[in-house]
Amino acid sequence: MENAAAYVAAQQDTAAQLPGYGLAELYAGRAAALEQLSRQGLPSQQDEDWKYTSTRSITRAAFKPASAGATCPSDFITQSVIEGLNPYRMVFVDGFLSAALSDLEALPTHVRLRSLAQVLSEDATSVLPKLGQMLGDPPHGFAAMNSAFVADGAVVEIEAHQHLERPIELLFVSGCGDEGLVSMPRTLVLMGEGSQATIIERHCSLKEVRSLNNSLVEIDLGKGAVLDYCSLQSQSDRSFHVGGLFAGLAESATLRATTVSTSGALVRNDARINLNGENSTVYLDGCYLVFGRSHVDNHTHISHNRADCVSRETYKGVLGDRGRAVFHGRIVVKQDAQKTDSEQSNQNLLLSEEAEIDTKPQLEIYADDVKCAHGATVGQLDDLALFYLVSRGVKRETARRMLTQAFAADVLDRVESVPLRQYLQSLAFDRLSNA
Amino acid sequence: MLKISDLRVAVDGKTILNGLSLEVGTGEVHAIMGPNGSGKSTLANVVAGRDGYEVLGGTVEFKGKDLLDLDPEVRAHEGVFLAFQYPVEIPGVANIALLKEGLNAARRYRGEPELDALDFLKLVREKIKLVEMKEEFLYRSVNEGFSGGEKKRNEIFQMAMLEPSLSLLDETDSGLDIDALKIVAGGVNSLRSQDRSVILVTHYQRLLDYIVPDYVHVLAEGRIVQSGDKDLALKLEAEGYGWIEESAGAAA
Repeated sequence: MENAAAYVAAQQDTAAQLPGYGLAELYAGRAAALEQLSRQGLPSQQDEDWKYTSTRSITRAAFKPASAGATCPSDFITQSVIEGLNPYRMVFVDGFLSAALSDLEALPTHVRLRSLAQVLSEDATSVLPKLGQMLGDPPHGFAAMNSAFVADGAVVEIEAHQHLERPIELLFVSGCGDEGLVSMPRTLVLMGEGSQATIIERHCSLKEVRSLNNSLVEIDLGKGAVLDYCSLQSQSDRSFHVGGLFAGLAESATLRATTVSTSGALVRNDARINLNGENSTVYLDGCYLVFGRSHVDNHTHISHNRADCVSRETYKGVLGDRGRAVFHGRIVVKQDAQKTDSEQSNQNLLLSEEAEIDTKPQLEIYADDVKCAHGATVGQLDDLALFYLVSRGVKRETARRMLTQAFAADVLDRVESVPLRQYLQSLAFDRLSNA
Repeated sequence: MLKISDLRVAVDGKTILNGLSLEVGTGEVHAIMGPNGSGKSTLANVVAGRDGYEVLGGTVEFKGKDLLDLDPEVRAHEGVFLAFQYPVEIPGVANIALLKEGLNAARRYRGEPELDALDFLKLVREKIKLVEMKEEFLYRSVNEGFSGGEKKRNEIFQMAMLEPSLSLLDETDSGLDIDALKIVAGGVNSLRSQDRSVILVTHYQRLLDYIVPDYVHVLAEGRIVQSGDKDLALKLEAEGYGWIEESAGAAA
């Protein structure tokens, strides 16, 4: 397809310089992804899964793959820290690890935090079989593109039965190099049986330059592992973000994932959760605050592949100005997944006449003994609640803000880590106050 | 304090108040009684400034100001308070946050300094005792999951916090058992003073055993058709509203 031709050519030009070029398995993976990208191209609105999200501004921009070596001032990192979080931090500059900006001091020996580039060049055999396993067949051209260029990102390995006290923060700073670059980080999280951790994947921009962040995260949770995961997109309004979260859960594992989008010209998130082991549980939450002319699209897909699994999904959006959002939530209950317990809800608050939401909850059930509920709502601020507040003397703007925050709050209130929760709440507060 | 003259109000094109006049002096307690659909709640809501009520004519003066010209939050700052017939549940907004915003907005309006956290909490603890509410209710979402009685007590608690000069109680007695009714009445009575006025909108005389009014008015077909003292309420209790409606119909 024509819209990907330049990327295909760029990959072919640079493939020999990618880390791990000589590894047969990796070579085959990149080649297959490149073939898919070449054949399918980048998605367009003709694709059912992209019906409401135009990629024209991305394809027109003709982004060039970023290369390693761009810099980000350390001040920027210092100013961006989440107060009280005290994480092990890996910083990626336009998709490439900056060891100088990262802080892995006092990392316990049973936890490994390495860059993918490092892993591919020194110890690929342990990790390589996992790369692409949770992703499966790339669902669209962006994911194929990430796989074709796969070079750097984070590899997080937590050994069995290890409980990591401090959270891990993966900070992706885009807009560091020239105008018009695409970064393509790939992150792999491998958690052993019974391990526990908190991981924050945070995307922000250094400069207000046009940029594309095509990020992909794969998570493999071993038996009984528990992961608290948060993905936050707060990039500049000239940046585009296409993010993927692909997770597989073994027996009795628990994933609590929260996706928060507060800015960016276009944000598209694909979350695919496979409940592969009995008794596994996923809480998939999202909060999107869409103002100005931003566009946020969340496509989620939870697959109940085995019996006795639980999924709880809550996505909430607040849209103002000319903001547009899309929610497509698919829950698939396979034939073997008896006693599935699944709930999904998508709620939207529209603050302006010109804001628009397209929401599509979708249930596919092939088992007969299941409990599934889903629903979507779109509404405006409740006039009666507003009157109640102002009749107590609260100023109208304040009352509107209180109600708007209250609407979005419950998703953020559920975030386990207190410093992270407070950070997200204040971020949402600022976004809604300036709306 | 409040002077309503020839007020005519429509809701969805239907005239509900039809030439209502009422004067409430400073420090007075007035009860407005009347059959269902006579316009009692409309009167309370129009004075508080709720949307959806179309004023066709007449005036409402509050402390010499044209009340109808003021936004509802400004009416609150000026000292008008409405205890809702059906208090609204607001998930996610803490009771205490609402009170703090409302109270401090009124203080700013009056040019007074905002209460700091400690003084505010002190005031809250003092007032919440009046309505015998547990402190945990402060930190819960406004009215969410409250029982009917708890909601009404919360209204009176808010009133006690905001210390309005004119309180409108819209059927605050409805749905209350006798113990809750006594608590609510006690809260209202504790606020009675020479510079505060109260309008009790009620269908039943029962509340007036506990909050004894200075004046009782009967509202029928959008106008006040009878005024008297507390004995009028007793007569209504004994004889019902039939005779009022007949005489109102005859007059019209």
